[in-house]
Amino acid sequence: MNEEGEIVNENAMPDLSDEDLKEIMRRMVYTRILDQRSIALNRQGRLGFYAPTAGQEASQLGSHYALAQEDFILPAYRDVPQLIWHGLPLYQAFLFSKGHYKGNQMPEGVNALSPQIIIGAQITQAAGVGLGLKKRGKEAIAITYTGDGGASQGDFYEGLNFAGAYAAQTVFVVQNNQFAISVPVDKQSAAETIAQKAVAAGIEGIQVDGMDVLAVYAATQEARNRAINGEGPTLIETMTYRYGPHTMAGDDPTRYRTDEMDDEWEKKDPIVRFRKYLENKDLWSEDEENEVVEKAKEEIKAAIKEADNTPKQKVTDLISIMHEELPSNLKEQMEEYEEKESK
Amino acid sequence: MAQMTMIQAITDAMRTELKNDENVLIFGEDVGQNGGVFRATEGLQDEYGEDRVFDTPLAESGIGGLSIGLALQGFRPVPEIQFIGFIYEAMDAVNGQMSRLRYRSGGTQQMPITIRTPFGGGVHTPELHADSLEGLMTAQPGIRVVIPSTPYDAKGLLIQSIRNNDPVLFMEHMKLYRSFKGEVPEEDYTVELDKADVKREGNDVTLIAYGAMVHSALKAAEELEENGISAEVIDLRTISPVDYDIIVESVKKTNRAVMIQEAQKVAGIASSVVAEIQEKAILHLEAPVLRVTAPDTVYPFSQAEEVWLPNHNDIVEKVNNVINF
Repeated sequence: MNEEGEIVNENAMPDLSDEDLKEIMRRMVYTRILDQRSIALNRQGRLGFYAPTAGQEASQLGSHYALAQEDFILPAYRDVPQLIWHGLPLYQAFLFSKGHYKGNQMPEGVNALSPQIIIGAQITQAAGVGLGLKKRGKEAIAITYTGDGGASQGDFYEGLNFAGAYAAQTVFVVQNNQFAISVPVDKQSAAETIAQKAVAAGIEGIQVDGMDVLAVYAATQEARNRAINGEGPTLIETMTYRYGPHTMAGDDPTRYRTDEMDDEWEKKDPIVRFRKYLENKDLWSEDEENEVVEKAKEEIKAAIKEADNTPKQKVTDLISIMHEELPSNLKEQMEEYEEKESK
Repeated sequence: MAQMTMIQAITDAMRTELKNDENVLIFGEDVGQNGGVFRATEGLQDEYGEDRVFDTPLAESGIGGLSIGLALQGFRPVPEIQFIGFIYEAMDAVNGQMSRLRYRSGGTQQMPITIRTPFGGGVHTPELHADSLEGLMTAQPGIRVVIPSTPYDAKGLLIQSIRNNDPVLFMEHMKLYRSFKGEVPEEDYTVELDKADVKREGNDVTLIAYGAMVHSALKAAEELEENGISAEVIDLRTISPVDYDIIVESVKKTNRAVMIQEAQKVAGIASSVVAEIQEKAILHLEAPVLRVTAPDTVYPFSQAEEVWLPNHNDIVEKVNNVINF
């Protein structure tokens, strides 16, 4: 799909029903609103750590839409949307942002870890989950995400290489949004693409237009099928862009990005493009979009309220989730804090 | 009962657990067909297949990540890090990830991983093989650290470590692998984690040690006995958490203590043991608690091990200081 929402590669067109196409659009619009509201809530001090997602909807949600519930997600810190669409309640996503352990308690049946802060750690872990699924004989994959900067880490290479050596059922997604905080991707590596780094591990690599939700979906679906069929892992590089700052912790993108660059990528907006595509097919209307926007705003309002109403954490809570059986030092400290907290 | 070296006891423990629990997986560099660089996993791949006992690419961080991923799929990984000095490569996987995972998932995930790794001096290994890095790991909440000193303890503690649903770093002293044999039951048994063991009873001074230093302490105790000093030797066995109950009980009886470790003075766990004793038993002490440690240099070039590593003479000297304080 090009910037005008026209299909330029009919042969690679994924098999999606009208309802699927609409659902993908709903999720992208919802997630754009979630980003806008999260930034606002962060500025009001009602949310904590937040890594903006606007611009990456096709990359994040197109790849997620190709997954099944049994698939296991190992997200990076920017990949909260995939968790939400995999089943993490919104108020818990907000608790993750605020720094509350209940935000990280995945509900039963939501196969995922909470967002990984150590860039690269999720990659080697995903090789392990993918091998575990293979050993269990499951028709499911592990999928993990990192950014363009993350592809410079040792764990990135190790994860790809392990998964390749074991033909693990893993799909690695690098969301190349052109910048790792302020460092442009050409300062990360002399390699022309990140996808070609798959060669070092002897696995498949594919570079895809990360602003084209249909292309991301198709690439992920194909990689998933290959993994389940025992053909090994795949590295997918999605070419994308974040419209916002790196995180809300004081990063100012005007220091390292030009207006021209922002304008160029604004034209590629995955939502604008997909909207055109759906409108041409008579599958989308302004009313439908407004409905999604309203729904998102209401749900976000309710979720932030629920997050606010979650009981505060106590030291005894934190001690109790350290081990199955507390070691003696923690037993002792548990008693100390129980006494403090009872006062 | 059979007579086994510590390495045989360790192999026996892994064989026992491979048989008991189909989720147990053993992997690392050269642990498969080769049976491990110390033969710790010898014969296990033949018996249990490549699906259960397998080699990995040469990358410690990847081994750590692999363990975490497999644990997330319900397996009970027993990875090996070929030598402790290489744990730096896996520090994030071990300290930054698996040790925190139960906590960071709010108690919804667990990491029943046992990392086996050889360490310890006295056998002239090349650089970064023998370093005592246990202090780095005991400073990390969320992981237990176990160091056996006898074949009997090694088997029972390893079985118990593998059955534990939280991460355990199981450190095997290279000098103890084959230096002596001990009685080891052939059947399945466990030694409780978090519990120290009095290896020798005494009344005049408490010697607290772990790893190879337990044997140096026992040797020193024999010499001291000849001079009329009765030393009690406590083998910590689990060094995170330390069993302070048994230490305090002993110090209340002897009123004197010496803490012994092979690690450098700034490293290991000696300082925290001393601190804990003064918090819990200062009114029972007749003398300060002294430490026997290695000097604060990088681990010695192999030819210098004899002059660098603490030994029973150093222990006797410190005990005399404590007695004559």
